[in-house]
Amino acid sequence: MSHVTMTQNEETRVGVFVCHCGSNIAGYVDVAAVTAYARTLPGVVFAQDNMYTCSDGGLTEIKTAIKTHALERVVVAACTPRTHEPLFRDACREAGLNPYLFEFVNIRDQCSWVHRLEPEAATQKAKDLVRMGVAKARLLQPLEEQEMPVEPVALIVGGGMIGMTAAVNLASRGFQVKLVEREPELGGMMLRLDKLYPTQDDAQPLIQQRVAEVRRSKTIEVFTASTLHAIKGFVGNYDVTVRDREGRLSSFKAGTVIVATGARVFTPHGMYGYDGERVVTQLELEKQIADRRLQIANCNLQPAVSNLKRVVMIQCVGARIPERPYCSRICCTTAIKNALELRELNPETEVYILYRDTETQGTRYEAYYTRAREAGIQFIRYSLDHPPQVGEGRVVVYDELLGAKLGIPYDLVVLSTPLVAQEGAHELAQMLKVPLDEHGFFLEAHVKLRPLDFATDGVYVAGTCRWPSHLEETIAQAYGAAARAATILTKEHVTSSGVVARVDESLCRGCGRCVEVCEFGAPALVEVAPGIKVARVNPVMCKGCGACASVCPTGAMAALHFTDGQVMAMVRAALLNQK
Amino acid sequence: MTNQAEGFQPRIVVFACNWCSYAGADLAGVSRIQYPPTTRVIRVMCSGRVTPGFILEAFRLGADGVLVTGCHPGDCHYISGNENAVVTVDKTGRLMNVLGIEAARLRLEWISAAEGARFARIMTEFTEQVQALGPTALKDTTL
Repeated sequence: MSHVTMTQNEETRVGVFVCHCGSNIAGYVDVAAVTAYARTLPGVVFAQDNMYTCSDGGLTEIKTAIKTHALERVVVAACTPRTHEPLFRDACREAGLNPYLFEFVNIRDQCSWVHRLEPEAATQKAKDLVRMGVAKARLLQPLEEQEMPVEPVALIVGGGMIGMTAAVNLASRGFQVKLVEREPELGGMMLRLDKLYPTQDDAQPLIQQRVAEVRRSKTIEVFTASTLHAIKGFVGNYDVTVRDREGRLSSFKAGTVIVATGARVFTPHGMYGYDGERVVTQLELEKQIADRRLQIANCNLQPAVSNLKRVVMIQCVGARIPERPYCSRICCTTAIKNALELRELNPETEVYILYRDTETQGTRYEAYYTRAREAGIQFIRYSLDHPPQVGEGRVVVYDELLGAKLGIPYDLVVLSTPLVAQEGAHELAQMLKVPLDEHGFFLEAHVKLRPLDFATDGVYVAGTCRWPSHLEETIAQAYGAAARAATILTKEHVTSSGVVARVDESLCRGCGRCVEVCEFGAPALVEVAPGIKVARVNPVMCKGCGACASVCPTGAMAALHFTDGQVMAMVRAALLNQK
Repeated sequence: MTNQAEGFQPRIVVFACNWCSYAGADLAGVSRIQYPPTTRVIRVMCSGRVTPGFILEAFRLGADGVLVTGCHPGDCHYISGNENAVVTVDKTGRLMNVLGIEAARLRLEWISAAEGARFARIMTEFTEQVQALGPTALKDTTL
């Protein structure tokens, strides 16, 4: 695979590419000075700077330089390996270099962007980091990847609108789907909605249609009243166990996972006199409206009337406050939706929406807000300095725009509360080894470049478990996550990383510390001669963490790509200044 | 802080795990949170990859501080690698006492991928902590 010949006597030929990243790096780091410095480093036979190393032109320059300068190692000093390493590895591979002979140096996220007021120190740090990267690059070894078969089955956790949409989409492409829903019914949050904004469509026909599609599908297996009990393995090859409420376990294999567990509505206990009767949440109001409508339909009452005279809605209850600083995005439009419904039921009902800022962005939602204004719904701005006071029969609010205190009599107070992280999100995140943000929502690999991926290959995310979003956005995410999952499921094989552990059997004395410390069962002791045991690593099971190498008392176990020698070389390069 | 230590720019080696802390460092960057340019990050796949040897080599070569960073307990991408890091740092701290290096020059911190602000704060705090200790006594005796 690699065209590189490894000889101990000759100096390894390293090429360094320093990226301007437009002005992201070059605005604070002297890129020309870093490039010139790179040329002075041992082993470096070629260095150049690029406006964007990741551009087509930049990648072509890398490939050309590999050939014209017979480069054996490539170092790119640019952004972060977390987003761009695969791209540069591919460029190396295309030029005939083993992709593991590439080293990434991060001089943007950890340098130019965080030392913007100290350009000289930032430039010095960039030089140090390049020196460390080159020191490691000289010791890199070509690594081999393993091909592993893919189980063409998707596991989807969460049987709400988003999980079901992804399931139906994957099933339509011919894949098997295992859909796991914690509740006894499919449908999730949408089961509790009456109307959908901004069209005031009925929610139930939509969700029930999707449930029927799932139930009709021959390739979707549904596990209701069930949760994920255990998951082991890696992309293409997961061993999954699901547990139902009776404690029965079902096991199956899956190649990819989509997390679509949704969110829950914050319950405002102890706030604004919340009692679930005269002071309710928007979701509780929605149920009241639905029940009322049903009642009216059953009794043939015409016109449809509710007996509410005045309804006061309070926005941002438990949101955009120090302990929960985010905007939940859906609450303004939800309030407008329910306000319009109240007016529809009874045009005499006065509705007051007490808001801090109205978030109804976009062509449709701004029109929706205008429609609410035209329908006579009153918007009154308050600030956190003077929060509304809910008293017996009256809400007192300081109107920021009027500059005066208002007292509004009410029959019903409705609190608009944010979506918060789903119950059990933390446990699920730990099981899948994917991160949550500080609010307990699932954290994607990159907000712009990989919005539906986790950093872990083969695991994807969609819907409000990621962030509070409108239904049409989350449905688009469901299609997106299904498409991302299909990129794995359509393959016969996935390649495992070459970053695994390897034993030098001549140094191994068979103590078994590596076997004890490994969580994945990758190393095993093998008897090579009577009474003589050595460890051997199954590269397919190894995840490359390096725990075994750290505990190996003889140095027999190497964590490839992060060997003792390679890490030590970086430590030395960090501290031995060569200005 | 003593006069001597004023303007003292410590040299700090930071080991960051690929999945949590390195991502946290990236987030600090994306969020443009500023912190002192005193740290040099070495990426490892897991905090459990860090050995006493790596840490002691850094001190031998004149590092004023070493910071090991990993995923929060329970969040380790490799299940328990960060627990190994606890053992390593604890063990190395005791070795440092024997060698006459202040234990406060070594620190273990958990930083998640979502904690850019926390990454920056820890870099700042640890820099101040090491500045207060002054330059390492090993600095003059190194190569």
